[in-house]
This record gives sequence, C-alpha cells and structure tokens, in this order.
Amino acid sequence: MDGNATGRRAALGCMAWAGAGLLWRVQGGVPRATLLGSAEAAGAGGGLAFVQVSDSHLGFANPPNPDPAGTYREAMALVRAGRGDAALMLHTGDVSHLSREPEFDVAWQIAGEAGLETHYVPGEHDVLVEEGRGFFARFTPRSALGAEPGRARGWYAFDQGGVHFVGLNNVQDLRPGGMGRLGAEQLAWLRDDLAGRAASQPVVVFAHVPLWTVHAPWGWGTDDAAEALALLRRFGSVTVLNGHIHQVMQKVEGQCAFHTARSTAFPQPAPGAAASPGPVRDVPPGRLRALLGITRVAEVRGESPLAVIDTPLGA
Amino acid sequence: MRGPIVRLSPGLFLALLPAAATPSVVVPPAVAVDIADFAFGPAEIAVAPGTTIVWTNRDDIPHDVVAADAPRAFRSAPLDTDERFAFRFDREGRFPYYCSLHSRMQGVVVVR
Repeated sequence: MDGNATGRRAALGCMAWAGAGLLWRVQGGVPRATLLGSAEAAGAGGGLAFVQVSDSHLGFANPPNPDPAGTYREAMALVRAGRGDAALMLHTGDVSHLSREPEFDVAWQIAGEAGLETHYVPGEHDVLVEEGRGFFARFTPRSALGAEPGRARGWYAFDQGGVHFVGLNNVQDLRPGGMGRLGAEQLAWLRDDLAGRAASQPVVVFAHVPLWTVHAPWGWGTDDAAEALALLRRFGSVTVLNGHIHQVMQKVEGQCAFHTARSTAFPQPAPGAAASPGPVRDVPPGRLRALLGITRVAEVRGESPLAVIDTPLGA
Repeated sequence: MRGPIVRLSPGLFLALLPAAATPSVVVPPAVAVDIADFAFGPAEIAVAPGTTIVWTNRDDIPHDVVAADAPRAFRSAPLDTDERFAFRFDREGRFPYYCSLHSRMQGVVVVR
C-alpha cells in the first residue's frame, strides 16, 4: 500500500468490517472467500487449527464499551463453543489498557475460560510501565515457555503440529515520528531462528502492530518490517497475524498472507475515515458485538497459506 | 534543563495554582497543551524560561509525553483520559517530544 491510492482502495475493498464470518482460503497466492458455515467452508478442515484473539483492552471504560471484561468473556465462550480441534490460541496484544496488574489478572483468568493453551505478544498498552516487565513476567515467562532470552522481551518461537510459530514484539523503543519497530537485536534473533529451516515448513508470524503498512499517517505499520519479511520470503507458506487496528483487513503478497483481527473490546475507524484512530464511539445501539470478534485459523494440508475465518461476537 | 516532574490529578492541579499565590511566593506561569485526536495542540509552543507546561489528555486512549532527545529531560507516566502532566522549563532551548505509544505524535517546546 504505502500510501499508494490504488493500493489503499484495494485494501478498503477487501475489508470485512462486520457481518457474517468469512473463510479465507488462499491457493496459489489468490485468496478466495466463502461464507462461514457453508459446505465449502466446512470441508476446509484438516491439519492444525488454532484461534487468534486480540486487543482485549481490560481496563478500558469509555464508549462504546464500558465492559471490555464482559465482551472478552463472551469471546472466550465463543472460542470454547467453536474451538473444535483447535490446538492453541494466540493473543496478539493489548491484553490490558493501562498495563495494570489487576487488568492482567482479570485477562489471565478470562482467557483460561477458553480452555486452550495461549501464547501472547505485547501491545503498546501492555508495556506502559517498567518497560513491560509485569506483562512479560506473566504472559511470556521464560520458565514456563522455554529458555530463549527474547521471551523476557516478548519475542520467541515454537513448533506445533508441524507449523513454526514466531511471536514478535514491535511495540517498544519506538522512534519519534515512526511506526511500529522490531529493532536490530530482534531481527538478528529472527535470522538465526529461521536459518536452516526447511522452506516447506508453514510459518505463522504473530505480532501486535501490522507488519504491512495499513495507514502510515496513523502509524499503522512497522518501520523495519521489510527486513523481517525478507527473511521469510523463501518459505512456501507464511501467514502474518496482527491486531492493533481493531478491524479485519487482508493482503496477500507472494507466498505471504497478512491478516488483522478484530478487537474484543471496541472498534476503530477505517483508515483515514476519522480525525484520529481513537475508538468509534457512536456505534448504533445493538451493533457493538458485530464489530468485535475472534479469528480461527486452519492449516490446510498441501495448500498455502492457511485458511482464516473471522467470527463476530454478534450479528 | 532541570525541572520538577509532577503528575497532577485534575482536582489537585486546579487547587494548587491559586493556593500557592501567597504574597511571599511568585507563581511561575503555566501554559496548557491539550492532547486530542492523537495530536499535541499546539504542536509547537514558545515560552519564557521558568514556564510550566501542563499537558492534559482529552482522548479516550492513553498517551504519554516523552522528551525525544537523549538524555531524556522529561518523561510522563501514561496519562489516561483527563489526566495531566506538568513540567517546568528553566533553560532556554528547543525541546522536541513525542508520545512513546503513538510515535507519530510529536511536539516541540521552544524556551527563549
């Protein structure tokens, strides 16, 4: 996109703002959407499936949602009811609104209601104080998840069901005037992590701020994402999952599919559609839950990248 | 530049200024900068040495106020809706700052 008018129109055109869930199935780099619940969607199973949730913002208390704990709990009930054979859950950051321990506590307890092992990366709201130590100690502890030093700073990798998962932190040490940022140390770690891996192994990258430039004036992108994507280019199936922008957006570039998830707390405006990216306050009565939701991802064996289904909390 | 970093609740701030104005105390001037729609307003402000600037977050989303140059002369705590941060600028100079959460948000204080 990068500010290109045609790219921006295309991105807006492929937004699924609300309504029924969609199954995204990408074959040969061409994404195809089918309605969630259709026979075609039902037949897309197989392989590893997992769930993505994002931007739960525990502690937020403004319009349009004075009770983000309630909607997060609804999201976990939806995950529990529809998880099927899902093996794990990813939370792509902004677990909390103000990095406060009680917010982390409640979020941790509610996430447990999904009944799935959950892996987290930080959003900028999670690392507001003490360089994020409270978040990292609870949500990416080295002792529970593995020994890599990066875990204490929110970046790590693991393998499950034949898929290589890479969690990245692009919300700290931001530069004035810039967007999200990974930094040289994390990029060096990523280079080492991917070195020697078979290009045939599916890779899922998850991070808070989009790793593609959705809207630069609002900082909806990552300054040094191109360096990370260059390291991923040789892989046959790469799926990049992000949050931060509180709406569903998709883009496919070569073998790489980008997808952003809805928030479980509040919607944000379409890029450039408001004076600022702040919460959409004037949601019509009864419409909030259509703008919140969860994402389910299935690895379709022999096809690439992965099939992604977004489901709103309500109609 | 070294000034006291004070984080004030809205009520405390309002109470402080008139209360401090006793005959023996000279109250330094205070200037307001609003944080609204993910922007500092005014984004550039010129003040005399000794002026205290008070930032108030009018957004539904937290922001902070962080000096851009190292070593950082000031850094606020995260400011939730309607929370304030005050800093007194004693030295002349140009002091760019930004929001470390939303790094596109930038401002500058010119002290002369």
